[in-house]
Amino acid sequence: MQFQCDTTSRTPIYRQLIDQARTAVARGQLRPGDRLPSVRQLSRELVVNPNTVARAYTELEREGVLVTQQGRGAFVAEPQQDLTKKARRKQLLEKLDELFVEAVHLGFSADELLAMVQDRIKQFAFTATGGNGP
Amino acid sequence: MTDVICTTRLTKHYGTNRVVNCLDLRVKQGQVYGFLGRNGAGKSTTIKMLLGMVRPDSGSAALLGESVDSLRPQTRERIAYIAEGHPLYNWMTVGEAIRFTCSFYTQWNGTLVEQILDHFELSPRQKLRRLSNGQRAQVSLALAVAPEPELLILDDPTLGLDTVVRRDFLESLIQIIHRKGRTILFSSHILGDVERVADRIGVMVGGVLRVDCPTDHFRESVKKLVLDFPGPAPEEVECKGLVNQWTRGSQLELVLVGYDEEQRSAVESLEPRSIQVIDLNLEEAFIEYTRGRKRSLPLFAQEESHDSSVGDQGAA
Repeated sequence: MQFQCDTTSRTPIYRQLIDQARTAVARGQLRPGDRLPSVRQLSRELVVNPNTVARAYTELEREGVLVTQQGRGAFVAEPQQDLTKKARRKQLLEKLDELFVEAVHLGFSADELLAMVQDRIKQFAFTATGGNGP
Repeated sequence: MTDVICTTRLTKHYGTNRVVNCLDLRVKQGQVYGFLGRNGAGKSTTIKMLLGMVRPDSGSAALLGESVDSLRPQTRERIAYIAEGHPLYNWMTVGEAIRFTCSFYTQWNGTLVEQILDHFELSPRQKLRRLSNGQRAQVSLALAVAPEPELLILDDPTLGLDTVVRRDFLESLIQIIHRKGRTILFSSHILGDVERVADRIGVMVGGVLRVDCPTDHFRESVKKLVLDFPGPAPEEVECKGLVNQWTRGSQLELVLVGYDEEQRSAVESLEPRSIQVIDLNLEEAFIEYTRGRKRSLPLFAQEESHDSSVGDQGAA
């Protein structure tokens, strides 16, 4: 994947990097075990302060998206869930309801929405088992 | 961490105009400090006082732990300065400028200079007079970094450079940042560049350092609020951290610093129909902040420990 940074955006640079990595993992462009560029490498490539990149990596590590191995670099982590299935379900349903609100106001029928979901689903890397967790 | 730059109540008048007013500026080792402000805010005068080129009326300044009035040559060698507009001796060639500058230093990384010249395809035989603005910037950067300085002070180094040369210059700056422990203070008007390279910013307004905090902290703290009222919007609002306000018919726009619960309830007590909170990018935040009413501008200097908790709350 290719990281980018846009200084005209209202999203801070470290946040942009986090969002891009999360999206790339969700779309399967980054798979567990894939190596990410080092902080220095990415800092040079994007022409941003290494501390900004390091901040994004630290946050991604905290979220469990990547793991850093001392001396070897940063790798995409195996998916692992800290929250219970119930809690995660609740979070997702909230987002889903937001989507439904938009869909209704944009004048789509339920069938049209379902068809769109079916079509887009192929672009993302879902876990087959439904995600293991506590 | 030690303070590489430290000024205490540094003050300078030009005539009756106080251009720098009781400035307490501290830059720690390893920091990349973006020194910002509108034209005439006192940035260049401050930088000139740091380098001993302008004598302060009162107060003091120290670089690398030594007073700038009595900087030993050994210490001066560890400091690089790039002046605004990249002044060079125009009658020299690139090679002559290198030999001339080199003679002032005991430590000189000739390989680094060659690398930079090669990278930018500059020949030592070229006359400085014939160089473009971009090439002059590259030569002065090469001369500045050759003694491997611990502290770099750059006065608007990308002024007048085209987009491509500016990017090249920033790339070189990032390379320098990668060498551990280097401290950089640079002034600039291009906020996108500042956001890329600076981890801390200071904003001078009318000779006073009004902002001194991590870069992200500033942009995340300045918010624009759009309030919509059922009838005509109120004309004058008082609120903590208020920088600017406009009334347009039924809408009231507020620019606030450090938006928090207290401000939220103050704004809600005006009973607007809706409140929209708008995030700003660094440039927008800077513009909204610096064009506010100078005298009442809230000071703004919070510390790093505060910063991480603010930034992380945005996590999805």
